[in-house]
Amino acid sequence: MEKYLKKVDIIFEDTKALSCVNVLEKTLKRSPDEIILDLIDSGLKGRGGAGFPTGLKWKFTRNEDSDVKYVICNADEGEPGTFKDREIIDKVPEKIFTGMTICGYVIGAKEGYIYLRGEYNFLLKGLQTKLDKFNDMLKQKHIDFIIHLKSGSGAYVCGEESALFESMEGKRGEPRNKPPYPTVAGYNSKPTVINNVETLVYTTMICHMGPEKFKELGTKDSRGSKVFSVSGDTPIAGIYELELGMPLNQFVEEFGDGDTKAVQVGGASGHCVPRKKFNDTIIGFEGIPTGGSMMIFNSSRSMYNVLHDYLEFFTEESCGQCTPCRVGCQQLLKGIEAVKRGEKAPAYLDDLKKVTNTMKIAAKCGLGQSVGNPFNSIVDNFREEIIY
Amino acid sequence: MNKYLVNLKINNMPISVEEGTTILDAARQLNLRIPTLCHHPDLSVAGNCRVCVVEVKGARLLAASCATPVSEGMEVFTNSEKVRIARKHIVELLLTEHNADCTKCFKSGNCELQDLATEYRIGDHVFLDIVKPQSKIQDISSPSIVKDDSKCIRCQRCVRTCDELQGLTALAVTNKGDHQKISTFLNKPLNDVVCSTCGQCINRCPTGALTEHTNIEEVWNAIYDPSKFAVVQTAPATRIALGEDLGLTPGERVTGKMVSALKRLGFNKVLDTDFTADLTIMEEGTELLTRLKKILVEKDDSVKLPMMTSCSPGWIKFQEHMYPDLLENLSTCKSPQQMFGALAKTYYAEKINIKAQDMIVVSIMPCVAKKFECERSEMRDSGYQDVDFVLTTRELAMMIKQAGIDFNHIEEEHYDSILGESTGAAVIFGATGGVMEAALRTAYEIVTGREVPFTNLNIQPVRGMDGIKEASIKIKNVKPEWSFLEGVDLNVAIANGLANARKLMEKVKSGEANYHFIEIMGCPGGCLGGGGQPIPTSPEIRKKRAEAIYSEDANMPIRKSHENPEVVEVYEQFLGEPLGHKSHDLLHTHYRPRKRY
Amino acid sequence: MTTDLLVKELVDKNGKCRNSLMPILQGIVQKEHYLSEEAMLAVARELDLSAADVYGTASFYTFLDTVPRGQNIIRVCKTITCHMKGKDEIVNAICNHLKIKVGETTHDKKYTLLTANCLGWCHKGPVMLVNDDVYPDLTPDKALEIIQTYGKEE
Repeated sequence: MEKYLKKVDIIFEDTKALSCVNVLEKTLKRSPDEIILDLIDSGLKGRGGAGFPTGLKWKFTRNEDSDVKYVICNADEGEPGTFKDREIIDKVPEKIFTGMTICGYVIGAKEGYIYLRGEYNFLLKGLQTKLDKFNDMLKQKHIDFIIHLKSGSGAYVCGEESALFESMEGKRGEPRNKPPYPTVAGYNSKPTVINNVETLVYTTMICHMGPEKFKELGTKDSRGSKVFSVSGDTPIAGIYELELGMPLNQFVEEFGDGDTKAVQVGGASGHCVPRKKFNDTIIGFEGIPTGGSMMIFNSSRSMYNVLHDYLEFFTEESCGQCTPCRVGCQQLLKGIEAVKRGEKAPAYLDDLKKVTNTMKIAAKCGLGQSVGNPFNSIVDNFREEIIY
Repeated sequence: MNKYLVNLKINNMPISVEEGTTILDAARQLNLRIPTLCHHPDLSVAGNCRVCVVEVKGARLLAASCATPVSEGMEVFTNSEKVRIARKHIVELLLTEHNADCTKCFKSGNCELQDLATEYRIGDHVFLDIVKPQSKIQDISSPSIVKDDSKCIRCQRCVRTCDELQGLTALAVTNKGDHQKISTFLNKPLNDVVCSTCGQCINRCPTGALTEHTNIEEVWNAIYDPSKFAVVQTAPATRIALGEDLGLTPGERVTGKMVSALKRLGFNKVLDTDFTADLTIMEEGTELLTRLKKILVEKDDSVKLPMMTSCSPGWIKFQEHMYPDLLENLSTCKSPQQMFGALAKTYYAEKINIKAQDMIVVSIMPCVAKKFECERSEMRDSGYQDVDFVLTTRELAMMIKQAGIDFNHIEEEHYDSILGESTGAAVIFGATGGVMEAALRTAYEIVTGREVPFTNLNIQPVRGMDGIKEASIKIKNVKPEWSFLEGVDLNVAIANGLANARKLMEKVKSGEANYHFIEIMGCPGGCLGGGGQPIPTSPEIRKKRAEAIYSEDANMPIRKSHENPEVVEVYEQFLGEPLGHKSHDLLHTHYRPRKRY
Repeated sequence: MTTDLLVKELVDKNGKCRNSLMPILQGIVQKEHYLSEEAMLAVARELDLSAADVYGTASFYTFLDTVPRGQNIIRVCKTITCHMKGKDEIVNAICNHLKIKVGETTHDKKYTLLTANCLGWCHKGPVMLVNDDVYPDLTPDKALEIIQTYGKEE
């Protein structure tokens, strides 16, 4: 059993006490527009990291005129330092199924898919059993919706929504050009809502408890709570649901080992916050947004190694199609190695920082666009560690 | 037609364009050039090289202009500081994974990456060289195509070409991240995979990653060798495209200049593949009529219809791989190039009193598959390799430059005789539908004794750049010996580009189609768009080349193959009759099934 | 079962369209541990795709190996937190025990050792997958013990 800091308990709230079927039945009696309004009112933003308002996403897809639409649950959790979706899938899958079914009802989709990363194949069997039960229930209740399970095969970039569609269509997981966005042309080029696992659970819970209660949590820009994956140099690594908008220093106080020198917020593609900035860093969309990954490093850690690991990760996991990402990642990785070995002057780091800016604005998808986050935040705050 | 107009500004200049237009195309309408690498007018949009990025006011990200449709009120900047820095970076990054040893590169001088690097004055390399040493080992297994991964910039134009235009996908993107590359099934050599050798990938490769297997040096050696008699033949489509590589614009006919240049290069005789194109019509037309007779009169089902043309060696190899069960539908006629080779080293050698073993036959072709074809073991009916070397139109242009010939100012000359006379029917072999038109001009006249019922012999229904064309010609008032064809609707189909060929073959296989005769050219537009033609290519360029071909035809004194006096003579003096014994030995061939998987 | 039969069975189960490609390839790997030339050709034939296309797609995915692998594939997570928590010791212990390097397969074809990018157990590193089974909170001894249980099964 995981340790939970019982600060907030929405996601993992006991499903025995809470009947998903009741939530579903109650919700499907309301009009789709009412449900959308509630979601918009709740301020729920996507919990995968990008933070697009969920209610709007559903609304846009609902507005598309198409006989076929899809709901997809993005369970391709691959961001280093993130493991909360695995726990959610394992513990409260019915809440995910319910959220998907509600979404199907709202947007007019009859089919849903869960795309589970290949690394979580050990969950497949159990999940399929629970899903079969749920699908049977839908059938009995004459709810015209069915959920299928698809699994990935080891490719981080497939967490990018359009790459995920490509993968589901039996192709290389290469992100598409946008527009068109998934709400217009997603899986099989049909209007598609794709939501993160956690987001779908929140939609279920907002339908259950109403937007007001959700809104009470968090801040103006970051409503509600969020599940955090805490790892690294902490005595209490694990999964915690916490209110959004907390200052990082409080987090470090709670979770650090007393010697925390930096926290990587948002996984490998997120930002590294050094000790001196703990006090003025807010975890939320107004500060540093995160898909939930919080990696804590104490003073025994070399930030060069941390950055090197991240860059190696991106170099390998880039899909390779666009120039800024494919070549940029390799240049950054080989670049810090060259600086470390003294083959390039320390000032070369500034040339590389400029490359990250090009990657940020010119790469095709979020992967390449965000590699500069860890690079710049680590190089800026721990320059000596990179050079010497 | 019902498209809305969208108003936007590019570099502060207002413009209205149709909804759905990309920023790139809108900018072009304002005569603003935005550089591109992965974009190609023949292919789907990829948006992966990112050199075409532009700034859109209010957007966090730069937009790939090739992949981004315009929207109302958009304000675009194609050369802002942000854009310039990013674009220059992208070119610099591409150069770090590119073997930029330009002076040693076959494509130097016609390389889009080189042009961009020059344009942006990329000086000393700031970034690290990340070319993988193993990528420098070239794949030279194919007689047609050389693949050099160290020059590849992963634009995927070749992959899209092989898939979208040629329906083969012999090339695919493999692996990911820093290991991503363009490769074949299990990284096998090109010669061991389902490659048609058409070379369309070469035409669209922006760098030197895909080039022809060059034979320039071998040809120079043959020319310089005093013990050899070097004969050159020129394919129909070379004369309307060669000029593009020598400073002229697409669509300029340079037949006489090309002949003159070839003579100055030192070839002993300059002859014309058009001659054997006419001969092909005699053989193939007779073959078609014979097949029709066997099926319609003799009820002999050992011969197959529809009969399919066999001039295009890329198409032949495609068929051998993809539809081995339809090989009997292929005409047994060799291609004009190979008919020429077989006749040159027999009939012609005898006529001019040169030993076949002392003769070197060189072809100038719009094609790289011809390099493969001439090496086929079936193509040695003279007792020697019938055609020794094939040069692309591009290679000929290089030789002309090497020889210091001022192409634009040389006098026009005529082909040598014999094997130099041709007709308009032969010239149009270079365009899709041309073989069909030439065959119809002759076959219709053989059967009815009258010219084809089209104004000025121009059979418009089989012309044009559509991927697949169909036509039906009613045969009426036939000569007595062809009475079985009276009232028959001769159904024909024409495809260009192998993806279209594939569609047509599926129709044939399913029995959905009832064609008698099918013309297939492996390359888009036919030979005028061949894999050996000047680079770049585009629908507009091919259209101009086609216009040139048809005007060449219109200007020829003789426009029907059976009226070519040298063709008449070769039958009288040497071959006897079409499909006769000698023809069978020298001008016809057979095919072999190859693995599809 | 022959590879051809396996592919046919998977195609029957999943369908002939392109969208079925992933589950078919996954099904082959499940049974045969990697995608052989024969298997990819069979898939290409059944789905009417080019062999290069099948290979290109497969080679994109880490778990769809196109080189021969052992009966048991060990994947040790190498991403940062597992790195911090001692994945090198785990890898070294396994290398010494199996007498192979990362990327190699034992002579008896029982094991292949690979490293993997983040497996999603950062709070319980080091972690490894053996085939589809996950083993968090590893120590070198524990890792070897686990691996041996797989040797017996086969």
